[in-house]
Order: sequence, then C-alpha cells, then structure tokens
Amino acid sequence: MKQFVSDRKSRTPAILSFAVIALFYVLVFIAEQHLPSTSMLFTVLKKGATYALVAVSMNLLNGFTGIFSLGQAGFMLIGAYTYAIFTIPLDQRAAVYQYFQGGAVQFSVPVPVALIFAGLAAAFFAFLIGLPVLRLKSDYLAIATLGFAEIIRAIFQWNQLGPITNGSNMLRMFPNFNDFNIRNDAGEVTVYLSTTIPFVISGVCIALIVLLIHSGYGRAFKAIRDDEIAAEAMGINLAHHKQLAFSISSFFAGVGGAMLAMYQTTVQAKSFTSAMTYEILLIVVIGGVGSVTGSVFSSFLFVACSEWWLRFLDEKQMIGTFEVPLLRNGFRLVVFSVIIMIVVLFFRRGIMGTKELPDLFRRKTKEGIK
Amino acid sequence: MWSTVFPYLLSGISVGGQYALIAIGYTMVYGILRLINFAHGDVFMVSGIIMVYLCASGIPLYICIPLVLVLTAFIGFLIERAAYKPLRSAPRMSVMISAIGVSYTLQNLVLYITGGLNQIYPTIPWISNSVTILGATTKMVTVITPFLTIFLVFVLVFLINRTKIGMAMRAVSKDFETSQLMGIKINSVISITFVIGSFLAGVGSILYFTNYTTVIQTSGAMPGLKAFVAAVFGGIGSIPGAVVGAFIIGIMENIIKGLDVILFKAGLIAKPLGLATFSDAFTFALLIIILIVKPTGLFGEKTTDKV
Repeated sequence: MKQFVSDRKSRTPAILSFAVIALFYVLVFIAEQHLPSTSMLFTVLKKGATYALVAVSMNLLNGFTGIFSLGQAGFMLIGAYTYAIFTIPLDQRAAVYQYFQGGAVQFSVPVPVALIFAGLAAAFFAFLIGLPVLRLKSDYLAIATLGFAEIIRAIFQWNQLGPITNGSNMLRMFPNFNDFNIRNDAGEVTVYLSTTIPFVISGVCIALIVLLIHSGYGRAFKAIRDDEIAAEAMGINLAHHKQLAFSISSFFAGVGGAMLAMYQTTVQAKSFTSAMTYEILLIVVIGGVGSVTGSVFSSFLFVACSEWWLRFLDEKQMIGTFEVPLLRNGFRLVVFSVIIMIVVLFFRRGIMGTKELPDLFRRKTKEGIK
Repeated sequence: MWSTVFPYLLSGISVGGQYALIAIGYTMVYGILRLINFAHGDVFMVSGIIMVYLCASGIPLYICIPLVLVLTAFIGFLIERAAYKPLRSAPRMSVMISAIGVSYTLQNLVLYITGGLNQIYPTIPWISNSVTILGATTKMVTVITPFLTIFLVFVLVFLINRTKIGMAMRAVSKDFETSQLMGIKINSVISITFVIGSFLAGVGSILYFTNYTTVIQTSGAMPGLKAFVAAVFGGIGSIPGAVVGAFIIGIMENIIKGLDVILFKAGLIAKPLGLATFSDAFTFALLIIILIVKPTGLFGEKTTDKV
C-alpha cells in the first residue's frame, strides 16, 4: 500500500480495476445459474480461464524475465499427469490402469492438494532442467526447452512406466470441472460452480503472479529482461533469479495443465505437442508481451474465436441463393492464422502493449505527465 | 549380429541424408539472419503436398519434379519477403515469433486444402524400386540419398567458396552492417539464401516422402526440428557440420528404433523394453548435451558477446 501512496498516482484506477474484475466474476456466476450449462459460452469461459493461466505463466518468463522458453507444453503435461494420477478414485483405478494391474499408485488426494502437487511436480522438473539449460542464450534456450518438452512427452508414453503413467493409454475418471457443481441427494445440481471454480483457481494464481511481478523479485526479473549484464552489475544474481522465474512459471504452467486435464476430462501425453506451446506463445504475442491483462484478454479472445465465433467459417453458408465460396472445414484456421500473422507483422505490440488494466482507467492527459 | 544392425544402419544413413538437405537450409539462414526458421520444416512438407497435387493433375513426372523444386524455392523466397523482411530491424525474438506464425499458417493452409487427410505420395519409378544390398532389402532411394546429398553439398560448398554470390553470403554472415556498407545488396543475398535452402528442402522432401509415402500437414514438424538439431550439433552456420550432424542423428535415431531387437538378439535383455519410444527424444537429449558441453557444435566458430 505504501508503494501506491508514494507513487503519487491516484488509487482510483486500481480500485476500478478490482471492481471490474469482481463484477465479471459475479456475472459469470449468475450466468452459470441461469443459462443452460451446455451453452458454448461456458466451454469458452472454462478453456479461456485455463489458457489465461498458462499464457500469463509464459508471459512471466518471456515477457517479464526475457527468457524465451518453449517448454510450456512439457510442464503442462507434467501438471496434467500429476493431477490425474493422484485424483483418480481408488475404485476406478482398476478400470483405468487395465493393462497395468490397477497401477502402482494406490491412494487419492483431494483436488486442491492434487493441484498443488501438479504445480510442484512441474516446478521440480523445471528446476532440474533449468540447471543446465538456463545458461544458454535466447534461441538456443528456446530450442533446448522445446526439446525438453519432447523428451518429457516420450518418457510419459514409455511402456515401462505404465504402472504410473498408464503408458500411451489415456488417463480418465478423475474429477473434472463438472464435479464442482453442488448436487443435492437426488443428484440434481443445486448450485452450478463448474465455470466459477476454474475462474477462481485461475484468478488466484494470476493474482499471485501479479503480486510477484510487483515485488522486489519482479523488478529484478524486469532488470534481467532489459539488460542482463547491467542487471548483474547492479548485484542481481542472474542464475538464481532466472532459476526462480523458470520454476515459478512452470509451477503455474503445471497448475494450468491440471486445469486443462479437468477441462478435457481425459489426459494423453501425445496431445501435448510443440503446437500447443506455439498456440500459447501466439496468445501471449497477440495480448502483448509483457502485459498480464493482455494475455488474459487474448486467451479468451483466442479461445472464443477458435471454438465459437469463427465456427461458421467451417460450414457452408448461403446468402439468399448464393453459396459463399471457400467455406469448408479448416477455413476458420486459415482465417485465424492470417489474423495472427497480421498482428505479428504489423501490430507487434499486441492488444495491450505493456499496459495493464488499471492503465486503461487513467486519463490520456495524465499519461503525458507520467 | 551384423545382419540385425545393417538394415537400421542403412535406413539411418538414408534418413540422415534427407535431414542433411533440410539442415543446410536452417544453417544457412541462421548463419546470415541469426534466425531459427521454424517454418523451414513446413516448407519441406508443403513441397511434398505440391508434388501430390501436381501429379494428381496429370502432369508427367519429368515435368513435375523440376516444377516442384522451383515452386518450393519460390515459396521460400515468398515467405522471406512477406514475413521476415518487414521485421529486419525488429528484435530477434519478433522474427522468431513471425517464423512460428508462418509455420502455423502453412500447416493450417495445408489442413484446409487437404481436409486433414493423409495424402499418398506419388510413386516415382526407379527410385521406388526395391533393391537388396548385403542381404537387406530396401528402396533404391535409400541407396541414392547419401550420394545425392554429398554431391549437392559439394556443389553448394563450391558455390559458397568460389563464386561472387557465395563470397557475398560469407561476408553477410560475418558482419551484416559492414557488408551492407561495402555495397552488397543484402536483400538479394538473403533471398538467394532462402531460395537455395528451400530448393534443397524440396529435394529432401522428394527423397523423404518416397520413403515414407504419406504426407499430412504435421509431417514437416518433426523432420524440421531434427534437422535443426543436426545443424546445431554440427555447429550452426557450418554446412559440413550440418551434414555430419544430420548423418549422425539419422543413424542414431534408427539404431534406437531397432535397439530392442538388436539387444534382444544379442542376448542382453530378456524382453522388449519399448526403447523405440525414445528415438525422437534421444535427438533432443543429444541437443541439450551438446549445447551444454560444446555450445558452438562440432565445427562451429567461437563467438563472444559484446556488451
């Protein structure tokens, strides 16, 4: 709080931002109670919340620390698997691990604990891989982390690890978003929470990341991003801070992976490809590298476009008797990639640049003075 | 023992040759622009798709093949002009993101055109024929690939060391700005680099897909990444390095694919361990190790960062 006062900035924008976010949460909750739960809106919101967390965690590395890592899919995979392995109910394990005599893990933990496990497992692997890899520079680091994600993918599909990972078969039956709905004794849903809870998880994690960015560590990260050598000269321990950023980012990527597992209701290692990392990277770029708000915005935008708003491009459309040409399966993705290329080439700062939500409530005139 | 290992070795050499042709494109572009051209693997895939569609349209094969190579080279040129040239003064990361964007676009475009179905690669007579060497049956293409690769590399090395444009390329890769001041038309040098790289990727794609017979929008991603690893392994910027690296990776990868069988026949393991799962992962493990032990690769030049 002290910081706000000493900044001589008005606190109104921050309060307004909180109000907007709170209002949004309330709206989501109300919408969930009244709209049919099969509505496309909720699919978008759930997946959007998941992607928002992963995108922000990637932004923490790429945008705030200047470490260009492409290992996100690998850490999500670790998170998703950890979550799934620890939460499959005991009586379902025989069915899920049918080729591995019920599997090696014979206990389950509650969902919140499993989420934290998911993050910790991802962070642990990140710590290990960070020891050698973080010494590398820019694009070498990118390709090494990308390679690491591929290695992880292979390890999790290895048959010898089957009792734990179920080999190349999918993990299922673990609690998913729909299990957050509160039901009465007759099994009818009384309070819908299947969209609100993901929002809460994602929101808490993103809030933690924002707090981190505004802490002393966060300022050190930004110093490293702007100039490594200068940062080192100012007494910032490069190796220590990079390792920290990498592990924390992976922690949240792991939690994001666990959320993705809940969203998909099944997990299979082969779906966590480098294409997934690229998708998240593009979300970060569209939102603005170095803006948490931007990443969150563009996650929802990206998911809404790819799952919902641009769907019509995949089907034949008639205007009167005129059949619109080109529209058929896959056209949506072509339009989508063209939009992305335009953003990448001509709007390099993305939607938000480096601005955050409170900046939107500041008057234009004040910006000049600042 | 030899009869077990030999088929894997043979296909390793062949795949290595095909990776080498792709890796040259990576290494040349990196040498000049300091850019990992993530779209290069997809250019390789698009080249395969063009071949499928040209042949299906009834054009005879002896026109098809040169046409495919020219078109692939043109696509490489087009990508550079459209996606990398506008970002010449931008930070390196922006260009890399643009490359990822191009890769995404090409894959989606091919998905749209093909409907996401596996396309059967046309059979090219003679090189698709079966041959038997030292007791191992394989396609003719397996035998030709290494020789063709070596031949093309010699031509390329000659081009770079003995011609004026080659000299310009070397100058640009040494120092971007100084060479510009010396009157080298940097844009045309970069374009030519992309044209050569894509042309070789086109040749590689003909050889590769004759062997694997199907093309789909994602089939360029893995060979692309592996070829890049090969380029890093050999020392990025060095053409002989990329070729040597590609052969090593191709051979190792195929040996690992067959490691279960080989170890089993040698009596070292009692039951299969499923080690073939690691054939892709191994390449990346190798990458991480080489980056840590010798970041400049086998033949790379040592560089120091200036403050």
